[in-house]
Amino acid sequence: MSILVDTNTKLVVSGVTGREGTFHSLRNRDYGTQVVGGVTPGKGGQDVEGIPVFDTFHEAVAQTGANTAMIFVPPRFAADSILEAEDAGIDLIVAITEGIAAHDELRAFNVIKKNGRARLIGPNCPGILSPGKANVGIIPAAFFKEGNVGVVSRSGTLTYQIGNVIAQEGFGNSTIVGIGGDPVPGSDFIDIIALFQEDAETELIVMCGEIGGDAEERAAEFIAANVSKPVVAYIAGFTAPPGKTMGHAGAIVSGSRGTAKAKAEALERKGVRVGRTPTEVAELAASLLAAAA
Amino acid sequence: MDLLEYQGKQVFARHGVPVPSGRHAQTVDEAAAAADDIGYPCVIKAQVQIGGRGKAGGIQVANNHNEAREHAQAILGMDIRGLTVHELWVEGASQIASEYYASVVFDRSAKAPLVMLSTKGGMDIEEVAETDPGAIARLHVDPLLGFQEFHGRRLAFEAAVDADVVRPVGAMLAKLYEVFVSEEATLVEVNPLIVTPERQVKALDAKVTLDDNALFRHPDNAELRDPSREDPQERMAKERGLTYVKLDGNIGILGNGAGLVMSTLDVVAQAGGSPANFLDAGGGSKAEAITSAVEVILSNPNVKAVLFNIFGGITRGDEVARGLIEAFNQISPQVPFVVRLDGTNDLEGRQLLAEASLPNVFTESTMDGAAQKVVELAAP
Repeated sequence: MSILVDTNTKLVVSGVTGREGTFHSLRNRDYGTQVVGGVTPGKGGQDVEGIPVFDTFHEAVAQTGANTAMIFVPPRFAADSILEAEDAGIDLIVAITEGIAAHDELRAFNVIKKNGRARLIGPNCPGILSPGKANVGIIPAAFFKEGNVGVVSRSGTLTYQIGNVIAQEGFGNSTIVGIGGDPVPGSDFIDIIALFQEDAETELIVMCGEIGGDAEERAAEFIAANVSKPVVAYIAGFTAPPGKTMGHAGAIVSGSRGTAKAKAEALERKGVRVGRTPTEVAELAASLLAAAA
Repeated sequence: MDLLEYQGKQVFARHGVPVPSGRHAQTVDEAAAAADDIGYPCVIKAQVQIGGRGKAGGIQVANNHNEAREHAQAILGMDIRGLTVHELWVEGASQIASEYYASVVFDRSAKAPLVMLSTKGGMDIEEVAETDPGAIARLHVDPLLGFQEFHGRRLAFEAAVDADVVRPVGAMLAKLYEVFVSEEATLVEVNPLIVTPERQVKALDAKVTLDDNALFRHPDNAELRDPSREDPQERMAKERGLTYVKLDGNIGILGNGAGLVMSTLDVVAQAGGSPANFLDAGGGSKAEAITSAVEVILSNPNVKAVLFNIFGGITRGDEVARGLIEAFNQISPQVPFVVRLDGTNDLEGRQLLAEASLPNVFTESTMDGAAQKVVELAAP
């Protein structure tokens, strides 16, 4: 098993005709993901190397039975595209786009929550990879193989860094989920950790957090109360000065809130092992898995 | 983007939030002329994007023309917590019967706007939240519903504002919420919100943070940005489309992806070093972007050594290597570089660097090893 994406995923890509959209749609298809269509208003009827393009999500869903959407359109159109996918009945919406206005994100999040039909991952995320099954997004799949480590992360490249060391230690991944670096992620650590807890294949969970907000602190509470599988964590941004946005819109220490230290301590208080470097996280994960085997 | 107080008050005025009338000044003469027009007593206020202006002496009451000149003279050029004062706001002095606090913030945990009201105005609200959390009335607003009159009443009664101003305070909150939504702010804060002896409710201060990602819909607000006030390296980076934050150490850092760069800063600090900057070259960086990034990093004279930490996903190691080689051709850096390339096309990248045999460039195979090496090289 795995979570969120697998061989049953039928993907439709919003922005499939754009340069980046085309590149990654084809890469996802090459990996084995069922890419059943794309959406670009005004380009319905065309195709991108065999991927049919539709004018609307509603048409794409009706014609292809798509259950998953990937959002690749520029930021000013992205929230609308997310809402269109939701309205069309898509189950899982993966928003890669970075730079969506905060109030647009807030509205999209609250509409999705109120309707209770779809799950949103991202925005500003690298997507989801279930090695050997499906890749939805921009995660470089070559570094990962099938296995039993579930990874959930606010950062893309940091995930690759940690995943690569875990792979070098001989372990693979059930699913890697990038929840993204924005202030209002569609899904939080808790949402994904709950799925890993239920997933038979996942034996250990790695979470990569960073400064800003309190998602890691809330995850610590959730893990203590609900998670029986071992969790290893990493937090980036110990050296980040307050009041500065460190690349990700959500990565900002506000006054004394959202520091890496507070997050690491909150997790450790609840028994979660926190690695001080990406290498140490991977080594901790590997040693816990080796001990369990 | 943080607005200056006077810019925030101008935005408030557009939405009908009552504010004292005032004028902007950049010289002593302008300030004195503004004060003469407004009448005395008036207040001369330093315009910098930082709190604690009053304590630093950046807010002074002038009772006549000479005092206005004296205060303007003293405040212009003043350093307030590291920021130099270049602008003043001159406004009529307000009579104060009560000082309240009001704000609308973007609550990330609740994923909804949070409206707060307190009768403990004029104080540091984080301190009030710590010492007397019950003194702050809080209410989340469903962004799909918006702020209703009952929200205002509830907050006003819960905060226990004076009974005769429950309505105007509620109306003020509704207008602040309107500012928050229609200007696409992530913070709207008024401290203090005052009640005058005539029982008028006014915003005596204005702190507004706008969402940079929404400025395309608000061209007027976008024009409020003043690049000359920004750090020169940060401005240079922004012009080149790079994400750069200046820090106070001496090791220049370049990486790809915000999380990996933050992590690189931490690993360098753990190895005993002190980073000079955060620079995310982004996903899929081409050689030109890398060359440009090297220029930005080296324009900071404190930099004694530079660390490249690349884990290529979409970014390709050979492109990074080409960018660095080009940077050496163009600007011949005088400081050592440590390069750690991993991921997509890492072998090709390392091969290119080996062939170019750049002076003072060291390659390392791990992130931890690279951090150690750069810290050694930066040591005096």
